[in-house]
Amino acid sequence: MPQIAQLSETYASQIFWALIFFGIVFFVIGRGMVPKVMATVEARDSQIAGDLAAAEAARKAADAEEEAWRVQANAQRAEAQAVIAKAKADAAKATEARLASANVAIEARTAEADSRIAAARTTALGEIEAVAADAASQIVSRLAGVTVDAGAAGAAVKEALNG
Amino acid sequence: MAAEQGRVDPMHQFSIEPLFGTDHWSIAGYNIAFTNSALWMAITVVALLVFVWGGMKRELVPGRWQMAVESMTGFVDNLLAANVGPAGKKYVPYIFSLFMFILFANVLGLLPLGLLGVHPFTFTSHFSVTGVLAILSFSIVLIVGFWRHGLHFFSLFVPHGTPIWLLWLIPFIELISFLVRPFSLALRLFVAMMAGHVLLEVLSSFVISSANSGPLWGSVVGIPSFILMVAICALEVLVAGIQAYVFALLTSLYLNDAENLH
Repeated sequence: MPQIAQLSETYASQIFWALIFFGIVFFVIGRGMVPKVMATVEARDSQIAGDLAAAEAARKAADAEEEAWRVQANAQRAEAQAVIAKAKADAAKATEARLASANVAIEARTAEADSRIAAARTTALGEIEAVAADAASQIVSRLAGVTVDAGAAGAAVKEALNG
Repeated sequence: MAAEQGRVDPMHQFSIEPLFGTDHWSIAGYNIAFTNSALWMAITVVALLVFVWGGMKRELVPGRWQMAVESMTGFVDNLLAANVGPAGKKYVPYIFSLFMFILFANVLGLLPLGLLGVHPFTFTSHFSVTGVLAILSFSIVLIVGFWRHGLHFFSLFVPHGTPIWLLWLIPFIELISFLVRPFSLALRLFVAMMAGHVLLEVLSSFVISSANSGPLWGSVVGIPSFILMVAICALEVLVAGIQAYVFALLTSLYLNDAENLH
């Protein structure tokens, strides 16, 4: 086995060159180049993480905006409903007031008409009494040849008419 | 190469040879010849540099290559986050270097470059190399442990819920298991890589020898061996990844002991 057979002649050279070349690998590649490679990876990872965070923030902002918009729309809808309800109430109130005033006018005219009717009736009744008394005195004079004075005839008619 | 014509020495692939006439290079009396092992370490480093450099475009939307590199760093990052927690972030450069160095070495050693006349050498099949990596990991665990917890780090050897009457035994067992860690780290990788390569070489020697001894043995022994080789090649690719992963995983588990103590 040359590893053992040649050991005494070659160990110094093996150790020397192994140290030299591993030293080159460690100091040039390990210390010099690997950190740069890893920094690149890290920069990329942080950029990806940053982009993801920005996207997440944008999504949240959009959600918040949508929520605000919804709230505003709801408020505006409620406001419109209130305006409509108020208009409805106002209209109802106005109608009621006009109805009331119309009622008052109608009632006044009805009352006036009633009083006119009553007056007409009393005058008519009076005329009927006079005509009836006249007729009664003429009937009596023709049938009995008695002349009844107007006062007595009137009283008799009044008694007969009113029971 | 082979002692006898037609016979393959399965161990020859692990032999180390100085290249480019550098066998006399030395520092303070220690020979540091630039060997085929060092050459493949250099090739591993270059391949790894090219791979990671291709992922450095730093684009926001990654291309395929950048994606591949980022998935490797992300894999190591997750491994440490899962095993050590937030404190594990600072070990990413070390565990990444360890994992990718071993992974590239294992996979490069498996490349069928022999077809082009190049002899691929798997330096992770040498415990002198895996031992360096294991001792590095173990030293970091020790340094971090004593740095963060001081002498309190020794309470690692008394797990939670240890009965009082076992206090004389458990720390001893825990100490041995702790001290075995660098050896298990180094030997696991070295043995796994060596065994796979030896198995492939032995099977290929079966194919060659049986084919040389005639059509009958060639079909009875050679063809099943060849089919088995194909299957074991797939298995070896898997092992190359798994052993690199196990090395990184165990190192991060040990680091967790040092960081969080229990």
